[in-house]
Amino acid sequence: MEQTEKPRITATGLVRPVSNGPAPVSQSNNGFDASRVPVLSESLDDSELFRMYRLMLLIRRFEETCGQHYSLGNIRGFLHLYIGQEATGIGAITPLEARDYIVTHYRDHGHAIARGLDTNRIMAEMFGKNTGLSKGKGGSMHIFDAPQRFMGGHAIVGAQLPLAAGIALAQQYMETDVVTMVFFGDGATNQGTFHETLNLASVWQLPVIFFMENNLYGMGSAVGRVRHRGSDFSDAMGAYDVDVVSVDGMDVLAVREATQAAIDQVRAHGSPIFIEAKTFRFVGHSFADPGDQYRDRSEVDLWRRRDPLVTYPKRLLEYGVVTESDLDDLSASVDAEIEAAVEFAMNSPNPDMSEAFDDVYA
Amino acid sequence: MTEITFREAITRGLEEAIEADESVFIMGEDIGEYGGAYSVTKGFIEKYGEKRIKDTPISEAAFVGAGVGAASAGLRPVVELMSISFSLVAFDQIVNMAANLRYMSGGQIKVPMVIRAPTGAGVQLGATHSQSFETWLSEVPGMYCACPSNPADALGLLRTAIKSDNPVIFAEHSHLYGSRGDVPEDYYEIPFGEARIDRVGSDLTLVSYGYGVHILREAADAMAEDGIDAEIVDLRSLSPIDYPTVVASVQKTGRAVMLDTARRNGGAMAEIVSEVQERVMDWLDGPIVRVGAKDVPWPYNRGLEQDILPNAEDVVAAAMRVITF
Repeated sequence: MEQTEKPRITATGLVRPVSNGPAPVSQSNNGFDASRVPVLSESLDDSELFRMYRLMLLIRRFEETCGQHYSLGNIRGFLHLYIGQEATGIGAITPLEARDYIVTHYRDHGHAIARGLDTNRIMAEMFGKNTGLSKGKGGSMHIFDAPQRFMGGHAIVGAQLPLAAGIALAQQYMETDVVTMVFFGDGATNQGTFHETLNLASVWQLPVIFFMENNLYGMGSAVGRVRHRGSDFSDAMGAYDVDVVSVDGMDVLAVREATQAAIDQVRAHGSPIFIEAKTFRFVGHSFADPGDQYRDRSEVDLWRRRDPLVTYPKRLLEYGVVTESDLDDLSASVDAEIEAAVEFAMNSPNPDMSEAFDDVYA
Repeated sequence: MTEITFREAITRGLEEAIEADESVFIMGEDIGEYGGAYSVTKGFIEKYGEKRIKDTPISEAAFVGAGVGAASAGLRPVVELMSISFSLVAFDQIVNMAANLRYMSGGQIKVPMVIRAPTGAGVQLGATHSQSFETWLSEVPGMYCACPSNPADALGLLRTAIKSDNPVIFAEHSHLYGSRGDVPEDYYEIPFGEARIDRVGSDLTLVSYGYGVHILREAADAMAEDGIDAEIVDLRSLSPIDYPTVVASVQKTGRAVMLDTARRNGGAMAEIVSEVQERVMDWLDGPIVRVGAKDVPWPYNRGLEQDILPNAEDVVAAAMRVITF
């Protein structure tokens, strides 16, 4: 098959300094290239920069609230919180267009919120109510909103990769310019489906973005303990001739810039791209995991110092995108939205028992 | 009526669908340039091109899952597994993706996808290649399982399968590809869950599907020589199961023998016997007896394999147990 010429993407090459404003300050360095100074993008206007922060805060408060309601017994099953990874999800999903598809893993609430799905209906799903996005049949790990092209919430590690390839195959088949983005963690890279899907996507040149959220731990297993070459994915895609973009997953703008470029490339050329965002969950794997058995307190603290919910608003203030009073108003508005979502979920009915038999067949 | 082979019936069903519906495409291992392991899609790639006929890598999980993805995005893939034995490698994609996706999304997603797979033992392929997992897969809610025994049913059921908005396991016993039968000239479809009375009789009911029906015919012929008049029910689909037809037949005859070409232990007939006896206990003149393959892995040696496989003599012996009860 003849390959069309396409530009190679590097994350650093995409981060452009803004012409006005003070020189940006580098965040603390957890093994990232300090020369990659986070800056605000020229291509994003203030309202978009602010919207991204709103979504980020919405995820954080949503997750904290879910934790509380898990403790109260209102949310059951497994609860995997996205706390700490918000910059990654927001930076990755906000540049997508409405016609693009998202497929994700079981730590999916953050992605659902980043996509702009109805907070009430996500919360109602957490509570198992029939007003939930999946009518209370999916739960935390299986959030779907097909009209928004949010195709789950998949709870078998790595299983969502072939599904995304198939959605991308359909786009190629129907000759659309729709991009499919599939999220997975570092743990999924050890599944057979990871190799199989990358090979398939490469052989068929499918328009798919493989977005790895490398939070350095597959449940309780540090990536270095379970993956040959640990966190070094730089050569892993060589076998598939897939471009690799590594990005600081704690820097929402770096993620957004890199992802936007990847989306543009996939839309134009239709071939797969692999993005690795290094990130960290501040909490345990699920609500049942205190998260301190397999990683040092100091490591968690180090990452917490790069909390995007602290660093990003600080940058927005420094650049004059927002004022303290804007942030206060935002906080109140986000709290009100979450409170309303909880109320909606609490007041929604449970599914009628007869609904157990609905939706089995089309 | 025209007489064609089972293979030709499947080929015809696929060609019709490709020509009638732009969203139908076929993918699987060696279905294109090679022409298919059982030659069902021979010549397709030359005729319909690489877009509609996709050769896949040997990656069952990936291409079955990709089929689910393509179906959920609006296409109608017909995915071929070279053997139903290989469904094991793609089980997660079949069960959790193809079958569960609709339910766990609260009905938001539909998966109009057919998984065609040759099934069955008897050609000395050993333990890994001789299995009949339609019996496992037919238990999974959210998908259908069709298992034709003859060319006419194969064509009618395949038409239904490709038009269905749900995932369908289409199990084709490999012994049947060369078998011949009459196919109606006029267009017809056969719905799932409609069993067929293959032979009318009054003394006992014999139930099976796919190649098992041919074993039952041999057994019924043998019994007829002894004056026993057996009725044969061909289930045609294992999901859903046409209980009314089976129950009506057993109520009429008062006796039943049910045949699995898969292992007897945990086979499809275990479920059917259980359900039927609950419904017809008052009509029964004896136990409903199951016949199936013996409960060991499939051996290579011909003598051993033939000994493991159920045959017409086993069915007759079971029938005699019921009749003399």
